[in-house]
Amino acid sequence: MLLINCPWCGPRDEIEFNCGGEAHIARPADPAALSDAEWAEYLFMRKNLKGLHYERWHHSYGCRQWFNAARDTVTHEIHATYKMGETPPVVAGADGIVKGSSS
Amino acid sequence: MRRYSIWSLLRNARSYHEGWPEMWRSPEPKPEYDVVIIGAGGHGLATAYYLAKEHGVTNVAVVEKGWLGGGNVARNTTIVRSNYLSPESAFLYDKAMELWPGLSRELNYNVMFSPRGLINVGHSREDMIELRRRVRALQLNGIESSMLTTAEIAKKAPILDCSPTASNPVLGGSWQAKAGIARHDAVAWGYARAADARGVDMLQNCEVTGIRREGGRVTGVETARGTIRARKVAIVTAGHSGVVAAMAGFRLPLTAYTMQAFVSEPMKPILDTVVMSSKLVSVSQSDKGELVIGMSTEPYASYSQRGSLPEVERAAQTMTELYPCTRRLRMLRKWGGTVDVPVDASPIMGKTPVENLFINVGWGTGGFKSIPGSGFVFAHTIATGEPHPLVAPFGLDRFASGRLISEHGATGALVHGE
Repeated sequence: MLLINCPWCGPRDEIEFNCGGEAHIARPADPAALSDAEWAEYLFMRKNLKGLHYERWHHSYGCRQWFNAARDTVTHEIHATYKMGETPPVVAGADGIVKGSSS
Repeated sequence: MRRYSIWSLLRNARSYHEGWPEMWRSPEPKPEYDVVIIGAGGHGLATAYYLAKEHGVTNVAVVEKGWLGGGNVARNTTIVRSNYLSPESAFLYDKAMELWPGLSRELNYNVMFSPRGLINVGHSREDMIELRRRVRALQLNGIESSMLTTAEIAKKAPILDCSPTASNPVLGGSWQAKAGIARHDAVAWGYARAADARGVDMLQNCEVTGIRREGGRVTGVETARGTIRARKVAIVTAGHSGVVAAMAGFRLPLTAYTMQAFVSEPMKPILDTVVMSSKLVSVSQSDKGELVIGMSTEPYASYSQRGSLPEVERAAQTMTELYPCTRRLRMLRKWGGTVDVPVDASPIMGKTPVENLFINVGWGTGGFKSIPGSGFVFAHTIATGEPHPLVAPFGLDRFASGRLISEHGATGALVHGE
């Protein structure tokens, strides 16, 4: 059972949450200029990382806020949770650090 | 290959069964192969077998990071069915269904295929609309399937609570008589033995760590047992498809989830068919007498190969509601596998952005049933370099063209937040 630290409510049981998949996927600045293949990249292609993964979570049965989490997809350890718009935290000893701005 | 028969059984009985040969060799990797298949699971082994048998391509290696048949082919709930909605999937899965009945004879290996029929139970008005839609779609595609009333279901599966006061009322369901179960390990071993007999090398404990490319064309793989050159490479992994695709420099439209199953202690026969439900993915009784219970995918990305407790709790609760007689039943073991579920819950087969690198992944929660058909059509794709007609709609290009093949209704994958 995961204990997830909602940035708004504090630690809560995993059954209160839903996972929204990979975080920090930036919407294309000029969507009309994209080719079909570029659209597919944005819409469907995922990193699907084994190890540290930055992902979106929704506190569906709590405050109903969206937030981000840095979670390991092998051990399920949650290294950090942070609010939408905040810079993703750097997790020591893990690779796959997201660079650039948040979403 | 020494053939299995009543005579070889009797002959070996005289020597106390100590003279049976190993089912396949454990050769050293050759420096070069015509085709290297990454992943010795059901699909990879079947692909190797049909490459050798149908296309005469025998200079083939199947490389496997662990042991042969130790991934999802050993972790599924052994169900074989062909009840998918869209015409593309209907024909692809039915190709496998066509091969299942003759598979034991074909491989000279008893895969214990048991076409005992499959019920899909509907618990709500929405379930029934969806089931009726799927049965009619199947009938239009010429694939056998029909609707069942509650009374007919109660007769076929007496342990299912069909009373009007049930927590999950049974409003009706769909039926496919030719569906059933098969022995999963035997499918992997049978294909491996038959492929080995035709000269295919099984390279176990041989993890792929890199995919070598030159000028946009694949030239081989880096493995834990050295570099192996290859004219063609096929990625036939389950779960780790995204990780292997990253080695070749491209991403896939799928996410790896954990899917769990558990089995009960063995008991006398109480269920002689397979029952699936929108509340609990599947229940069947194995030949040993255990109830094999399949659950849904877990709600977040995972490579852990073990399931979470909330899902076990949910499944156990639903199990006792649907089948009240199982309340005092003890569970023997539970396990998890990593399933790679594409955004449209349909497999990804065919070419990749890298020349001579082929892919057959993303079978998600429904890989086992499709092993013979998938191997057959994918071998054709590798041998000729062009997608088999049944494979063509399942290419990676469908995500750019927008011709997605949505099969979420036919699989055990939950539709998640994404």
